Amino acid sequence: MSIADEVTGTTIAGTKPAGTRPRAAAPAITLPAIGERELRLDLFRGLALWLIFIDHLPASLLTWFTIRNYGFSDATEIFIFISGYTAAFVYGRAMLESGVLIATARILRRVWQIYVAHVFLFTIFLAEISYVATRFENPLYTEEMGIMDFLKQPDVTIVQALLLRFRPVNMDVLPLYIVLMLALPLILWSMKWRPDVTLGLSVLLYAVTWEYDLYLSAYPNGFWAFNPFAWQLLFVFGAWCALGGARRMSRILSSRVTMWMAIAYLVAAFYVTLTWYVPQLSLFMPKRIEQWMYPINKTDLDVLRFIHFLALAALTVRFLPRDWPGLKSPWLRPLILCGQHSLEIFCLGVFLAFAGHFVLAEVSGGPVMHALISLSGVLIMWGVAWVISWYKRVADKSGAKTKNAVGNADLAGGG
Amino acid sequence: MKAKVLLSLVLLCGGLAAPLARAGDAASTPATTSPTTAAPATSPVPAACELPSYLLSSESQLPKVADAVKAGKPLDILVIGSRSTTIPSSESSSYPARMEAILKEKLPPSEVVHVSVEIQSKKTAEETASTFVKLMEAKTPTLVIWQTGTVDAIRSIDPDEFRSAVTDGVVALQKAGADVVLMNLQYSPRTETMISAQPFLDNMRVVAQEHDIPLFDRFSIMRQWNDQGQFDLFSPSRGPELAKQVHDCLGRSLAQFVIDAARLEPAQQQN
Repeated sequence: MSIADEVTGTTIAGTKPAGTRPRAAAPAITLPAIGERELRLDLFRGLALWLIFIDHLPASLLTWFTIRNYGFSDATEIFIFISGYTAAFVYGRAMLESGVLIATARILRRVWQIYVAHVFLFTIFLAEISYVATRFENPLYTEEMGIMDFLKQPDVTIVQALLLRFRPVNMDVLPLYIVLMLALPLILWSMKWRPDVTLGLSVLLYAVTWEYDLYLSAYPNGFWAFNPFAWQLLFVFGAWCALGGARRMSRILSSRVTMWMAIAYLVAAFYVTLTWYVPQLSLFMPKRIEQWMYPINKTDLDVLRFIHFLALAALTVRFLPRDWPGLKSPWLRPLILCGQHSLEIFCLGVFLAFAGHFVLAEVSGGPVMHALISLSGVLIMWGVAWVISWYKRVADKSGAKTKNAVGNADLAGGG
Repeated sequence: MKAKVLLSLVLLCGGLAAPLARAGDAASTPATTSPTTAAPATSPVPAACELPSYLLSSESQLPKVADAVKAGKPLDILVIGSRSTTIPSSESSSYPARMEAILKEKLPPSEVVHVSVEIQSKKTAEETASTFVKLMEAKTPTLVIWQTGTVDAIRSIDPDEFRSAVTDGVVALQKAGADVVLMNLQYSPRTETMISAQPFLDNMRVVAQEHDIPLFDRFSIMRQWNDQGQFDLFSPSRGPELAKQVHDCLGRSLAQFVIDAARLEPAQQQN
């Protein structure tokens, strides 16, 4: 009845295919006892990382491939959900095997890594913005240059950045992730007790956030662009699924009613998004629905977005089974590799987006250049993921024993 | 095998989406040229200013402007803006001045058009809106064009607070008896990684919808020009030339937008 059974259950289910497959097929595995990695998670996290990268670049033809153009939710939802899932899977196991204290320590170590990554990205951002401030004097944009005002007070700004209160555009995901990971020991501890109650509490916190408008303030003013009090719902839901919830829901997930409801919702959402791009269509949108629906709030994870993600996830689980052979095809290998090293690849993606902007501004801005930048960004992400995998494999061979004891922090990654 | 099917599906979807987006543009292009042909005698619209018609059309109307023009009363327009309303050291080339000139060309010669500008630099929407009651006592414009959002985006004001500030401002302006047009932020690709415009654009659209007032989508318009290659808004040029051309186009588009939103028939326009 405890989550021990459920986690073990998952493990056994996961171990089965491991026997039939040579180990070389999944080189990143350091704990074969855990069983096969859930490649679907890696696949979709990799996909989310690519989409986040493309979304951070100025709009181009490639932007049409990103899912935010086809519905309410976007890559952030996928990313946070899978992060919750994998984190609970790895650290939940650690909590059962080594106790709450050790698991908490390991989680905090991971939080530290993410924090350092965030500070590193902030440094790059500072360099970029200082460069633009000194070089860019187009009289059309004197007003927008007001954004540089914070450079006049670097002491305050940098301290606020270290406190996660000053976060430039495109640097909101990591702080959210840091806060969610900080809460993870509590979440897991509570899940160990009663998973459903924990999920219920999470929903309650989400509702309270909407009702009483809870938020974290930011510097110099405003609030966090991703409200952790609301977004925790996805994270906790991911954790709940990882610790047995997904299996218990399997009957709901496989029912045809769910499938058709999901399809209907996705189609409706697609139509609504279509009206943003083809304004002529909005004639057919009742004004009352528009007024009720808008604005679709990303900061507080609008219910419409959450449901959209659920519908997407339900269809994915239904039509893409765990043992789908395509998961091992070389075509999807780049995505899976990126998903397996998500913290590194995420940071790289943010950096590449900065760099891409820079090239577009300084060299040329044509659509060809744009496509080239997007494509080479994705290739670089793939290449680096491959190198990391390779390095881990080599390092594991030389120090297999110590590595096994520590476990695979990377699977927990999410970062 | 299945992977290949999937891949080709993805490619197919992309291939379908791209022409779809293009088709949207193409379908609306003929409509773009019609305002130009309506007034052939006046200064021709530079090719650089061309826009798909959906960016210049609004379901909402400007009844007071329409009444004033039909009754032959003077048209008094007040532009409330910030630093991006003007070009430093060349006021006469800024978009309010250009709009005034174009309106005078397009409306009947008997029509008196007067545009005044109120600059509230470095003020948020809330700070600006708090001055409206006094401002509207001093001036009694037929139409107020309120351009806002940039300062709020720079300071990353809470979008909810921003929305209620804009709402309050619009209500105050309407109470004072004026038609209102909202104008959103500039498209500024250089600072795209630093200023998050989207929540502010979304909220201005919502306020415009709720109060049934026209929204002049400066952001999308400028992005259209940049994407179509009419202007290179990435340019680091220090000279005022680019700014002058962009403001000229903005002024023309805004004049056309006001005329269309007031549903002034071509008969009320010159020629």
